[in-house]
Amino acid sequence: MRVNMETKKTSLNNLHQRNQAKFVEFAGYEMPIQYSKGIIEEHKFTRKHSGIFDVSHMGQLFIYGGEDLTIELEKIFPLDLKNLKQNSSKYSFLMNEEAGIYDDLIITKIDEGYLIILNAACKENDFQILSKLLGGNFKMILDNERALVALQGPRSVEILNSVLNGVEKLNFMTGKWIDFENQRLFVTRSGYTGEDGFEISILNDFAEEFTQKLIDKGAQLIGLGARDTLRLEAGLCLYGHELDINKTPVEANLKWAISKERLSNGGFVGSEKIMNQIQGGTSQIRVGIKPEGRLIAREKTKIFKETETQIGEITSGTFGPSVNGPIAMGYVDKEFSKIDTKILLEVRGKKYPANICELPFYKKNYVKGVN
Amino acid sequence: MSEVKFSKEHEWITLEGDVATIGITKHATEMLGDIVFAELPEKGSNVEKDGTAGVVESTKAASDVYTPVSGEVMDTNQTIVDDPSKINEDPEGSAWFFKLKIKDNSELDSLMNREEYEKFSKESSS
Repeated sequence: MRVNMETKKTSLNNLHQRNQAKFVEFAGYEMPIQYSKGIIEEHKFTRKHSGIFDVSHMGQLFIYGGEDLTIELEKIFPLDLKNLKQNSSKYSFLMNEEAGIYDDLIITKIDEGYLIILNAACKENDFQILSKLLGGNFKMILDNERALVALQGPRSVEILNSVLNGVEKLNFMTGKWIDFENQRLFVTRSGYTGEDGFEISILNDFAEEFTQKLIDKGAQLIGLGARDTLRLEAGLCLYGHELDINKTPVEANLKWAISKERLSNGGFVGSEKIMNQIQGGTSQIRVGIKPEGRLIAREKTKIFKETETQIGEITSGTFGPSVNGPIAMGYVDKEFSKIDTKILLEVRGKKYPANICELPFYKKNYVKGVN
Repeated sequence: MSEVKFSKEHEWITLEGDVATIGITKHATEMLGDIVFAELPEKGSNVEKDGTAGVVESTKAASDVYTPVSGEVMDTNQTIVDDPSKINEDPEGSAWFFKLKIKDNSELDSLMNREEYEKFSKESSS
């Protein structure tokens, strides 16, 4: 394959090569799209066993500070950070004043301040925006020295626990520092596949050895191809597809991620627009779409009500290996967003029937309340 | 049955009398990955050499299937429409795509034999 000279590599690149990865360029990184078994096998393995995902291209932003930082971050994010427990994580957004989404992210309150996991393609821009908004008053490090490894699937807890004793006690969307061979790993119970799992932040120099341990315990490397089919089955948004600067969290049907406490008073970037949209509604909204038969309707497929009137567009569409059929998400005019509404999808010049359906396509198996 | 021939678009073709059987090559399926959708031409329709005569989609992308020769579609393989994963399992055997009553035997002359195709596919994928 051809990779341009600027393409960055993660600390697991050699491991990927040794495991017959096929590479693609993704957000400036050479990343594995799949390994020798292919996307469907990798997808199914993750759902029944445990898959390892190199997500080191994502940004790991540490912002250092105490109560004063919490106050400043509440002016940015639509979250009740004051009442967020230490070591707890929340899904959120970095928005502009119009509530357009710069990025979607996971933010965790840690002892030193906050750790924010950002999308690879957005992380540099996010850093600039956050630096400006925080006025240079807090130390911020977009850490390039750490790899990020996700372990996802029902067997992940037993596999990771045999390497890092104690992780079984973590609840979903919580994390903590764990000592491992003279260094510290930050482990969260989280992920983006609809399965129970973990994300492990580890220094680059130790990442390959650590990941090999997970492989030796029975987990397998999984590429970005299966990561995409897994997240789509789980009804999860992908930045650049369901989300971008022209979409708001309300339009994306993600208002559950906006803290109720913050909705009454506002005071975060984009809050006016969000409150207006929650009261007045939006013209379009994100929905799940199930094509009839086996037809796959990919991104940019036009959605019609009858033959002539376009009512929306697909943002992600693929074959769901666990659903064993085609699945998609997209935006449609609000009046056509009800479950079971019949729509038409234009593929290769012909229109095919499909239905608006509930999300997720595949039910989640998150672990709650183990403590 | 005649010697199997290959096109630059990664289709294979064999000839029995004036009926050609056409499918996609193993090399094509390896490039595509897991195939999850197949669309075939309508029986009785006429297809033109190098024109589209179907679609395959893998988990990664959609690709057109071209016909290496012109003719009338005599038969299509419903098995691969019902279960597209069969194309990955046996692309150059039971997972044929369609059969044509061919118009002009000379259209076969420009196609490659196996040795030429293997050289071509090696070069085009490197």
